[in-house]
Amino acid sequence: MNLAFPTIDTELYAILNAVSDPEIPVLSIVQMGVVRAARIGDHGVEVTITPTYSGCPAMDVIGDDIRKALKDEGYQSTVKLVLSPAWTTDWITSEGRAALEKYGIAAPLSPDADKEALLGNRRIVKCPQCKSTNTKLISQFGSTACKALFQCEDCLEPFDYFKCLK
Amino acid sequence: MSNHLVQYICGIADNSLILGQRLGELCGHGPSLETDIALTNISLDLFGQVRSYFQYAAELQGDQSSEDTFAFLRKEREYRNVLLVEQPNTDFAYIIGRQFLFDVYHQLFLEKLQSSSDQTLAAIAKKSLKEVTYHVRFSSDWVIRLGDGTEESHNRMSAAIEDLWIFTEELFSCTELEKEMSNSALGVDVSLLREAYLNRVHAVLNEATIAIPDVKYFQKGGKQGIHSEHMGYILTEMQYMQRTFPNMTW
Repeated sequence: MNLAFPTIDTELYAILNAVSDPEIPVLSIVQMGVVRAARIGDHGVEVTITPTYSGCPAMDVIGDDIRKALKDEGYQSTVKLVLSPAWTTDWITSEGRAALEKYGIAAPLSPDADKEALLGNRRIVKCPQCKSTNTKLISQFGSTACKALFQCEDCLEPFDYFKCLK
Repeated sequence: MSNHLVQYICGIADNSLILGQRLGELCGHGPSLETDIALTNISLDLFGQVRSYFQYAAELQGDQSSEDTFAFLRKEREYRNVLLVEQPNTDFAYIIGRQFLFDVYHQLFLEKLQSSSDQTLAAIAKKSLKEVTYHVRFSSDWVIRLGDGTEESHNRMSAAIEDLWIFTEELFSCTELEKEMSNSALGVDVSLLREAYLNRVHAVLNEATIAIPDVKYFQKGGKQGIHSEHMGYILTEMQYMQRTFPNMTW
């Protein structure tokens, strides 16, 4: 089984893909890789989600939003939270990465590049505004635990970088 | 057995809970906006991990317990966190020193807990380890920056490490419960982590130009529930809402 691809019943895909991440509204929870499975069973829909970070305060809201979205389409549902296998930034889909960049958040680099960037050793994080890599680390933790704060030295815009989690 | 496992899980969670509470005190009070946000983000990671542990403990306990009763309704002697994590936010060097000395241990501990024969514990460890890797990087970076910084920052960082060092040995002293849990492959034999810990800590301190403290006396007791004078104050603040408005939810 390829863990990067969740098992979501075709009928449910569009409904779940319309539920957005409360912290990053341009991104759906499916693009984020948070939905691991969604199945129509005898007792309604069972949705399995996994947190990006253990303390992610968005999880309760995401659960409520899923139940509401499914109810609006006539499905009763239960939402189950699982920790294993643990979420990684590889599960953000390519559409998700594009949406992040468009929203002004730099998408995660590979683990090695990420480490170099977050130790301030190399300037490799690309500014989502002007695409320059002449950017510097401001803080290893940004507006949420999953992001770091950078600033572009060319256009001077500060921006969030989505940290690699693997 | 299940009761022992619950106690063991609570002991692990208590370290993160009390350290998370200490970091939470800094919300809005950090020395700069960036460090303030970083420290409270670390706090949030720790609380997230704590919730996973306590939810599991409550499930094992199978009575009226919940994550909240474990977090907020125990008495001081029932908390089994190490003394290190309850030490106060004296200055930024202390905050970083305490964080660093705990983070290195935490990372080593979780690396081992990943192979627990208990699948839930192993899953929590795997998840938490990814987050703690960032914590270690943050605190190590600051130890080096302050230690190898100005004369003032060097002196403060050295003083913090010197003062906090007496709490490090407790991390590796196995209680009867920890022995039982490691013998049954559920838990971690923390005494085996000492060597790797010292190697990792020494490497960072060397780079930070900070002398490795030469301490003969170590203070212990938290794992037995015998805490320092600071613990009561932490719990008073942390438990206030649940004690005043029992069963309240946000």
